[in-house]
Amino acid sequence: MAHARSGLIWAFAALVPLLFLGVFFAWPVLAIVHLGLRDGGVGEVLAAAGTWELVGFTLGQAAASTVLALVAGLPVAFLLARCEVAGTGFVRAAVMVPFVLPTVVVGLAFRALWPDGGVLPIVLANAFFNVAVVARTVGGLWAHTDRRAEDAARALGASRPRAFASVVLPALLPAIGSAASVVFLFCATSFGVVLVLGGARHRTLETEIYLRTVELFDLSGAAALSLLQFAAVLAVLLLGGLARRRRETALSLRGRAEVVRRPTGGEWGVVAVAFAVVLTLLVPVVGLVVRSLSTVDGWSLAGYRALTGTGERGTLAVSGVDAAVNSLRTATDATLLALTIGVFSAVVLVGLRRGRTPLGIGEVLDTALMLPLGVSAVTVGFGYLITMDALPGDLRTSPALVPLAQALVVTPLVVRIVLPVLRAVDERLRQAAATLGASPWRVWREVDLPLAGRSLAAAAGFGFVVALGEFGATSFLARPDAPTLPIVIARLMSRPGQLNSQMAYAACALLMVVTIAAVLLIEKLRVPSSGEF
Amino acid sequence: MSLRLTGVGVRYGAVTAVSGVDLEVADGEVVALLGPSGCGKSTLLRAVAGLERPSAGAVRWDDEDLAGVPVHRRGFGLVFQDGQLFPHRDVAGNVAFGMRMHGVETEARHKRVAELLDLVGLGGYQKRKVTELSGGEQQRVALARALAPRPRLLLLDEPLSALDRALREQLAVDLARLLREAGATALVVTHDHDEAFTLADRVAVMRAGRIRQVGPPTEVWRSPVDVDTAKFLGCGRVLPAAAALDLLGITVPGRVGLRSTALRVDSDGPLDGLVEERVHRRDHVRLLVTVRGEEFEAVAPIAEPPALGDRVRLSVDPDGLAVLGDQADGGQ
Repeated sequence: MAHARSGLIWAFAALVPLLFLGVFFAWPVLAIVHLGLRDGGVGEVLAAAGTWELVGFTLGQAAASTVLALVAGLPVAFLLARCEVAGTGFVRAAVMVPFVLPTVVVGLAFRALWPDGGVLPIVLANAFFNVAVVARTVGGLWAHTDRRAEDAARALGASRPRAFASVVLPALLPAIGSAASVVFLFCATSFGVVLVLGGARHRTLETEIYLRTVELFDLSGAAALSLLQFAAVLAVLLLGGLARRRRETALSLRGRAEVVRRPTGGEWGVVAVAFAVVLTLLVPVVGLVVRSLSTVDGWSLAGYRALTGTGERGTLAVSGVDAAVNSLRTATDATLLALTIGVFSAVVLVGLRRGRTPLGIGEVLDTALMLPLGVSAVTVGFGYLITMDALPGDLRTSPALVPLAQALVVTPLVVRIVLPVLRAVDERLRQAAATLGASPWRVWREVDLPLAGRSLAAAAGFGFVVALGEFGATSFLARPDAPTLPIVIARLMSRPGQLNSQMAYAACALLMVVTIAAVLLIEKLRVPSSGEF
Repeated sequence: MSLRLTGVGVRYGAVTAVSGVDLEVADGEVVALLGPSGCGKSTLLRAVAGLERPSAGAVRWDDEDLAGVPVHRRGFGLVFQDGQLFPHRDVAGNVAFGMRMHGVETEARHKRVAELLDLVGLGGYQKRKVTELSGGEQQRVALARALAPRPRLLLLDEPLSALDRALREQLAVDLARLLREAGATALVVTHDHDEAFTLADRVAVMRAGRIRQVGPPTEVWRSPVDVDTAKFLGCGRVLPAAAALDLLGITVPGRVGLRSTALRVDSDGPLDGLVEERVHRRDHVRLLVTVRGEEFEAVAPIAEPPALGDRVRLSVDPDGLAVLGDQADGGQ
């Protein structure tokens, strides 16, 4: 009886995050779908030749970026998973830096190197972002793949390249497929980078949706494009899901073997390439700092000093410092919100698995929590604009709107980081605590919480960084008098003036420093091989 | 102050893990649940702890039905096979955990922790990390942790099985002494009869979810209730009384179970056998011999073991015999 009752309690608890997702994710997205279908905008947009050019460019640049990210990421994956050389700790952290950098910052870093923008920097910047995804996803599987299969192939007479092609590569293929689909998704919906580097010449679906909404007020056209993008994203997610399923079954077959060795012979070449990739990744980062300090008159801190003002000829409604403070406040709120929902959801998911509960609720919640990762933030932000009127309390003009949208983006990350750790807590450890007199709440506080503590801190740091750099949804929702730093940067870059761009670079450099500090902290707190990223 | 199980059954969906168990554990008594793996003994223990819900019957403490009492209010200590110490707390933090849950004051806690660590032979280990302890030390800490809040009943689930043999035998003796000194009422689950007989005042033999026999160790050892129990307790062969008289020349009231030590190589022995196989063991040599066309196990001293194909004289050692409780005829 007690068991059946606790099962029901867990099932009811699962409704809380589901309700949150329903109101703040499903509803806005469905409203967009409805808007696109209602006004017949879809047919019109689909018939326009320009639309297919957009689709072509969107997919083309995403494909090129994905190939580049794979080529650059695989040597790094090899280095992280298989090699015992000095400096892997540095590589592990350095490769993560681009992934968490705000998109606007990355866009600007590449603009510092290619002042005119163009297709090449767009592809390079998107690949730059996603090397970490390839290195971590493929490296994760590689580190769990038994090295002895490779040794056996070599002992049977296969050359090193032959053994790699016939034994290693097939084993890694699921991870490579999964990484490629995730990277493709990120690149196809990449917003800040394309907006900064492409300008009006090179547009993707994502930036076009933004431009139509904000500049042209063509809501139904934007909705139709959102719908088109949603369909494309769904297709890629389904393909990625298939690859992931194969990977998970493959993973469960293997134990953890000692796979790290000192490289030999030709492997040193791969290691050298990996280090070269990592050093190349640092070029835009360093370039950005250099650019922020150099003016036509030589080295200067003018950009940093300008942050206390509102830019050349009052480009901004508030000063750079105010925007920075607002950024920190918003990101903190978003992180707290995401931690609350994410940890609650993770606890519910663990509870659902333990108890005997109505079928499928756990699976539904698990999938629903991942969906926001797959839908473009621009679509969500746009959806908020057209739905939040209907809620009581005038949420649309409320300062709570931006943290809500950011929390939606951060929550899936929190769940992915915390859930594996909570699931790994041995059930009998909880039972031992219970037999010693700890009530269920006390067990959670005395056992689960301390054991998951480090991953909670890591999730908070990671979430904070992502919220800090969130641009897609925020650009729709932030009020002009309360912008975040990424919004200010984009605004400064879109207006002429030497001081404006100097100020933007300085703001980027500051944002980058905060981000890198957070990443280094996360790397310290990481529980080894838990979670995906 | 006693535990009483009446008609307890546990089901997982359609599978019945435990059924119709009646058992009593008196104050200060140590009872062992002995049986092969998968016989339901651990499930029964978990049902007593409150970690499984019985599908039938009742678990009572002093006539109070525990069905509605959750795990943390039962006051039963539990020791797992592999310790399950809290990795984020040191030794003292682990041992003190239960007392903290019961609101024992800090000073009293420190005193009791020191006392218990002395009792389990780990005096001064308070600040050690549990992850740096050996397997045997971890089990000692787990035992101290379970004993610390003075549980009314101690439940031990294969407490020594994760340890290697030499340590296991040593710890079994220590544990038996500890339980006596602490005056603990305990229910021990084990698949190892040496362990059960070392620890327990009474042994309950379980098979296929049911208790087959309950009694003092010597009684269970010397007269197992049926053929399966005899075989579980080491009787490689079971002979009907007539066959025992005919082949080995021994007179018994019913069927007799022969352990490997039932026949010994003895130059003055009455029986004649042919050595078919020979295996060296730790403290003896194990033989397979044919006596009048039937194969039997036998033991020989390590000093001068017979070779394959030798003819040897054998005598019957009464300590290697078990007389079955049921008086049915036939069977092997």
